[in-house]
Amino acid sequence: MTTLATSTKPRIGTGFRMQWEPAQNCHVLLYPEGMVKLNGSAGEIMKRCDGERSIDAIVGELETAFEAKGLTPEVLSFVEIAGKQRWLVWE
Amino acid sequence: MNDAASQRPGPPLWLLAELTYRCPLHCVFCYNPIDFANQPDELSTDDWLRVLREGRELGAVQCGLSGGEPLLRDDLEVIVAEARRLGYYTNLLTSGVGLTVERARALKAAGLDHVQLSFQDSTREMNDFLSHTKTFELKNKVAQIIKDQGWPMVMNVVLHRLNIDHIDRIIGMAAELGAEYLELANTQYYSWAFQNRDALLPTRAQLKHAEEVADAWRVKLGDRMRLFFVAPDYHEGKAKKCVNGWGSMFLTVTPDGTALPCHTAKMLPGLSFPNVREHSVRDIWFDSEGFNRYRGTGWMKEPCSSCEHREEDLGGCRCQAFLLANDPTVADPVCVKSPHHGRVVEAVERAEAGVVAATEHPLVFRDPKNSRRLSVPSV
Repeated sequence: MTTLATSTKPRIGTGFRMQWEPAQNCHVLLYPEGMVKLNGSAGEIMKRCDGERSIDAIVGELETAFEAKGLTPEVLSFVEIAGKQRWLVWE
Repeated sequence: MNDAASQRPGPPLWLLAELTYRCPLHCVFCYNPIDFANQPDELSTDDWLRVLREGRELGAVQCGLSGGEPLLRDDLEVIVAEARRLGYYTNLLTSGVGLTVERARALKAAGLDHVQLSFQDSTREMNDFLSHTKTFELKNKVAQIIKDQGWPMVMNVVLHRLNIDHIDRIIGMAAELGAEYLELANTQYYSWAFQNRDALLPTRAQLKHAEEVADAWRVKLGDRMRLFFVAPDYHEGKAKKCVNGWGSMFLTVTPDGTALPCHTAKMLPGLSFPNVREHSVRDIWFDSEGFNRYRGTGWMKEPCSSCEHREEDLGGCRCQAFLLANDPTVADPVCVKSPHHGRVVEAVERAEAGVVAATEHPLVFRDPKNSRRLSVPSV
């Protein structure tokens, strides 16, 4: 994986699956024999990581959806952590 | 009142479907019940599909398909397909025996998410299996089949006195096969493993060596392969939370439909467990005596009830308390505070002293004949 940039297009890593769980009222990330509960912002970021959208595009959508500004650092820092955990991958 | 049993438990996040006790292997450390051969009546396909639906309605997300050898069920693909459709993450726990290219393709098409391949087939050829090229060829073939389907490569090896010294070779083989995760799980002493405990319990020196080798590989492999070393609780003097807490997230359904809070709970005396043929998964999880008996901390006696660690270890394992102290309501004897801890120390010291002569106590292989022999009550 290359160094993370705002043009990076992350997607969910192989073997991981994200879904909404009504019983837990949150997005979860499932992987072999395990599960991570995602908090609200992690869920909002990850559900947009489809390998098509760049970080720029994801930030744009989030800023519109939540009427916020300057979300780039927060999104970058989450994607970086998620990359280390292999939850997200990119070219 | 600090009693978790009086609170409503969360969902059974983990549903383990033990589809069959039939198995081509005869592992001496198997945790299947000793009397498995007397329980031939397996749930039908429709029963399993209903159990999956009811579990999912309660919020179960992980579905383990296990056994025995689950590949021996002809309807495995149907079960996987329904589990996947319902939104489970589907895990097949297999020895790989019987996993052909065709079967793997069909399971992939059904939506299977993951295969955990047990590396060790501790069969009657156990003693030479590591030097046996056939074993490696079989695992290599199966590993390739798993990779070709794009499944994450997760391997599991059960460690014990007779194989733990080969750990370097074992990890090397897993790396060569391209495993992304390797679980090195020390034997837990229940059922068949308990029968064979004197032959399987490693020495402290063996454990120390194994941990050092695993640590060195961890450094060498970096991110390429993740290694999990599960330490044996006999040597640690510390009880572990059983299945993350009795009735807190784990639900096993055995081949005949008995619902259990852990794989081995059926051995516990004085407690009956409900069957999915007669009860809904919801009733079983929330309202059955079997699931409520050891939930939380309310059932505890001393030294657990006033122990500062009671919420961390929840008194340890009920089956171990029964097996070692003949009383499922006491502290897990692996804990140094247990009045029965001496029995654990004694077993560990016997292991230190040397191997029990094989002629005195031959290994008992998990097979139907031994099962029937051992389940006959002694007169």
